[in-house]
Amino acid sequence: MNITEKILARGAGKSSVSPDDVVFAKVDKVMMHDVSGPGVIKVFDKLKKQGISVDKLWDPTKVWVAEDHFVPSAEKVSAENIVKLSNFTKHYGIEKHFKYGMGQYGICHTISHEEAMVLPGDVYVGGDSHTNTTGALGAFACGLGHTDIAYVLLNGQIWFKVPETYYFKLNGKLPDHVMAKDLILKIIGEIGNDGGAYQTMQFGGSGIDEMSVESRLTMCNMTTEAGAKNGIVEPDQKVVDYLTQRGATNMNLVKGDDDAEYSKIFEFESSEMEPTIAKPFSPENTCVVREAPSVELDKSYIGSCTGAKYEDLEAAARILKGRKVKIRTEILPAAISIYQRAMENGLLKIFLDAGATVGPPTCGACCGAHMGVLAKDEICISTTNRNFPGRMGHVESQTYLASPLVAAASAVTGKITDPRDLK
Amino acid sequence: MKGNIIKYARDNIDTDVIIPGTYLKIHDYTELATHAMEGLDPDFHSKVKEGDFILSGKNFGCGSSREHAPIALSHSGIKAVLALSFARIFYRNSVDGAFLLPIEIGQDAYDGISEGDEISIDVSTNEIKNITKNQAYKMKPFSELIGKIIAAGGLFKYKPDQD
Repeated sequence: MNITEKILARGAGKSSVSPDDVVFAKVDKVMMHDVSGPGVIKVFDKLKKQGISVDKLWDPTKVWVAEDHFVPSAEKVSAENIVKLSNFTKHYGIEKHFKYGMGQYGICHTISHEEAMVLPGDVYVGGDSHTNTTGALGAFACGLGHTDIAYVLLNGQIWFKVPETYYFKLNGKLPDHVMAKDLILKIIGEIGNDGGAYQTMQFGGSGIDEMSVESRLTMCNMTTEAGAKNGIVEPDQKVVDYLTQRGATNMNLVKGDDDAEYSKIFEFESSEMEPTIAKPFSPENTCVVREAPSVELDKSYIGSCTGAKYEDLEAAARILKGRKVKIRTEILPAAISIYQRAMENGLLKIFLDAGATVGPPTCGACCGAHMGVLAKDEICISTTNRNFPGRMGHVESQTYLASPLVAAASAVTGKITDPRDLK
Repeated sequence: MKGNIIKYARDNIDTDVIIPGTYLKIHDYTELATHAMEGLDPDFHSKVKEGDFILSGKNFGCGSSREHAPIALSHSGIKAVLALSFARIFYRNSVDGAFLLPIEIGQDAYDGISEGDEISIDVSTNEIKNITKNQAYKMKPFSELIGKIIAAGGLFKYKPDQD
């Protein structure tokens, strides 16, 4: 069995599973946030009316909650959702609730790794599509809707069809001007928006060995954009070190067997990658930056679970140091722990000196919620994950998806810019 | 089950156009429904009728896990979406929450059915009839588990232990 099959087999209490088997798997961790959480509360209310007991959760210690999409509250409805969420976690005794303005908080997927909420070998489900992100730690990490999350909260298990696995063998170290974001955009451009639909996308090879844990998180994060059930990387010493630094102990490093089966194998030469973007209006609509259309940008947005981890900010700072931005540039670290490191290491000063603004951690404008949404005809280059019509605001706004290096270089010139071409 | 078709002849209808992100804070589903399909078809809310079906291409519902997507369609009156394929979370949300039926169709149905056609769907025989054009097509049968969850009326009413 490969790593995904092994984790699902353990979760299902079976000695082995194969693709297309339908299993009910026990869940090790479950996450919800201020969009899926109020949905769960609504499901609970409905169940109560139907006479189904919602008196207690299967295990409140395995549940954690993030406030990320609509914080800070811009209006009353969002504010009320946060209150509802707080009442819910208090009522059910959920202690791991990362609250805006109370120490560590941030985007749920960022918290999953910054706080070592998820460990290698876990079956982890979250009420958000980018739950796939955390598969980079060697867990089975899969996004679900709020009915499924409510079911997990009460029953501790959920059904899965065991996916087939597409193995992406990545060869060689990425060049200095290229990031994992460029590589995953390239892959999505090749396989398409549904190129990994219902399947596992597993990454391996020397390209992964060379990559930091944060870069692997970027790879797995955007498997969602290819429709994958989960993205995953087999855990290694880098993952152990990363999680140990964040307080984790007792890690169970599940790896695939030598004769593990993969339904397809793809090979990419990471060492030959070029800075790459996805043009409007789809993540699969990719081209290399040097062939990008010449458009006047209105904004550069460096934020989200995809593109505002510490190494993403560090990359942007490398470009912005000693330079000035030519367009609105909004930088939103993805968690308070990252914000703090960025402050301690002088990155925030670099951003402010360059003329950019730094905002609080939030999903914010990535999903068109608030905190910098786009007007009609505005054009944005963004380190986020999707660029469907209206994703970041007005349905006639445009988003180009890019790496933090490209987004920062473009902030300096006001045009889509390869970092190598910056004077 | 009978209804009329609203056809979007394109692939990759994503959750951002089915229900834009700015509305995710809304959990009043009647209000949510007024914004359904706003990103693609601002007339949707005024033209949709109770019992209608949507017909579309590949990868319907791709993008976010927001259950708001099938909820907004369902509370608009949509009983089924017929598509060449579905994105996985939209598909399971539709079934587990018992909001609407995600019906996988072939190219013949996709090409043959037009906007406004009256259609009947029989999931027991996997038959789709185009009453307007007097044509018939096959839908892809539901897998065993999906069929059982649909028959039970959603995941919470399905009892896995009885299998």
